[in-house]
Amino acid sequence: MSVLRPLDKLPGLNTATILLVGTEDVLLQQLAEAMLKEDCTSELKVHLAKSLPLPSNVNRPRIDLIVFVVNLHSKHSLRNVEESLHHVDAAFFLGKVSFLATGAGRESHCSIHRNTVMKLAHTYRSPLLFCDLEIEDFRATMAQRLVRMLQICAGHVPSVSALNLLSLLQNSENPSLEDL
Amino acid sequence: MDSYDVPESTPRQCASSRLKDYFIGATPLQKRLESVRKQTSFIPTPPRRKIPQCSQLQEDVDPQKFAFLLHKQWTLYSLTPLYKFSYTNFKEYSKLLNAFIAAEKQKGLAVEVGDDFNIKVIFSTLLGMKGTQRDPEAFLVQILSKSQLPSEHREGKVLWTGWFCCIFGDSLLETVSEDFTCLPLFLANGAETNTAIIGTWFQKTFDCYFRPLAINAFNLSWMAAMWTACKMDHYMATTEFLWSVPCSPQTLDISYAIHPEDAKALWDSVHKTPGEVTQEEVDLFMDCLYSHFHRHFKIHLSATRLVRVSTSVASAHTDGKIKILCHKYLIGVLAYLTELAVFQIE
Repeated sequence: MSVLRPLDKLPGLNTATILLVGTEDVLLQQLAEAMLKEDCTSELKVHLAKSLPLPSNVNRPRIDLIVFVVNLHSKHSLRNVEESLHHVDAAFFLGKVSFLATGAGRESHCSIHRNTVMKLAHTYRSPLLFCDLEIEDFRATMAQRLVRMLQICAGHVPSVSALNLLSLLQNSENPSLEDL
Repeated sequence: MDSYDVPESTPRQCASSRLKDYFIGATPLQKRLESVRKQTSFIPTPPRRKIPQCSQLQEDVDPQKFAFLLHKQWTLYSLTPLYKFSYTNFKEYSKLLNAFIAAEKQKGLAVEVGDDFNIKVIFSTLLGMKGTQRDPEAFLVQILSKSQLPSEHREGKVLWTGWFCCIFGDSLLETVSEDFTCLPLFLANGAETNTAIIGTWFQKTFDCYFRPLAINAFNLSWMAAMWTACKMDHYMATTEFLWSVPCSPQTLDISYAIHPEDAKALWDSVHKTPGEVTQEEVDLFMDCLYSHFHRHFKIHLSATRLVRVSTSVASAHTDGKIKILCHKYLIGVLAYLTELAVFQIE
């Protein structure tokens, strides 16, 4: 099964699984550890992948949220994410996919323009988060945010669904001030 | 803001801040703050850029005048507008700066041995170093060592050169009032101590602020594409790129040299619209280089950081060092650097 589908498996009891996809191994590892440290009523499972498609011989739980991590210092990570996006089913993009851009703080090292990532997120109608994963405090805050998003996407938060969250996040991206 | 076109696909829907949406009844001040903030967040990429045309120097200026600017390594700084600067007071400024430098050196801050007090400071205008008529005149500051024998009246050796210019700085010129002179790009060649002293004097006298201008990998790849696109009669230097691979314990440097005509041929195959360079063409150009390298060495250059670009037109280093080799495209190179400086100021 080379394409990830959101509903092809039954959910585990009180389990929420997140998949982090990106070339930056160290950063993903640290983010995963930060997420697992969070206090959460659901049982969290964090899967890390360098790229998609995932190997099919492994038994894995249903994935509730995919976060694609792009490092603004490396065009390679952007290409990798773009390639991986082809292996995700369209139904995932109804609130269960998010993009995370890291490295925006060190402008002198950036080789990708911020607008490129924004365009990518806009094309896939998914939220884009910016966070310098190298800095511990920002990483901890982002981990908290991702845990919350994950709980919503897994359906563990009553009366909020992934699609609700997506439309809430997109509503805040209003027309820019140039129109005013 | 820019004189370039912005296509519809630029994310107008993507806001720079989500909080601003709560200000439904935003006051004019909040709106202006927001628009200023949007400009400072990052260098917005114009999707198109003009290839620097040659001979944009005004016809009556002799290109030989600017020959001394070529083939020298300049360190780049961005400079905020100068308050109450006047082009007629150059003699006074020379005297003041001379006295200031002498005072500083006496204080023992600068560790120069030798002819400390036999220096002369000269201010002069660089006529013709501008993009449009609106740009303020560029001017040059030089520190010369006075010859020991006054009878010879020979001009001494140039110890330090710095020049201020503004090429196509329209976006900045629009926002400042009359008392300010906008010369956002400052280039310095010579001892770092002298640069520091002169910088301090300018900051004290004209209430401005210098900041070193770093060039990130994104802009370096734009420069590589634009300069490769320039038509040259003969190529003086190979086209060379330098990447820095972050690895422990020491960083690894990868240098990639191409014959300039091959680089031009590659660019011509990528290039579509004449006279304009787009983001896609730049990306494609660099991707071709990366994939060629990957095929031979199995190294993903796109995961490393571009640190230096060197072509027959000019060479630039990410630390903000530039060397211009070709007088034909001098204005074009400076125009791009001015743009970077302006964005750093804003």
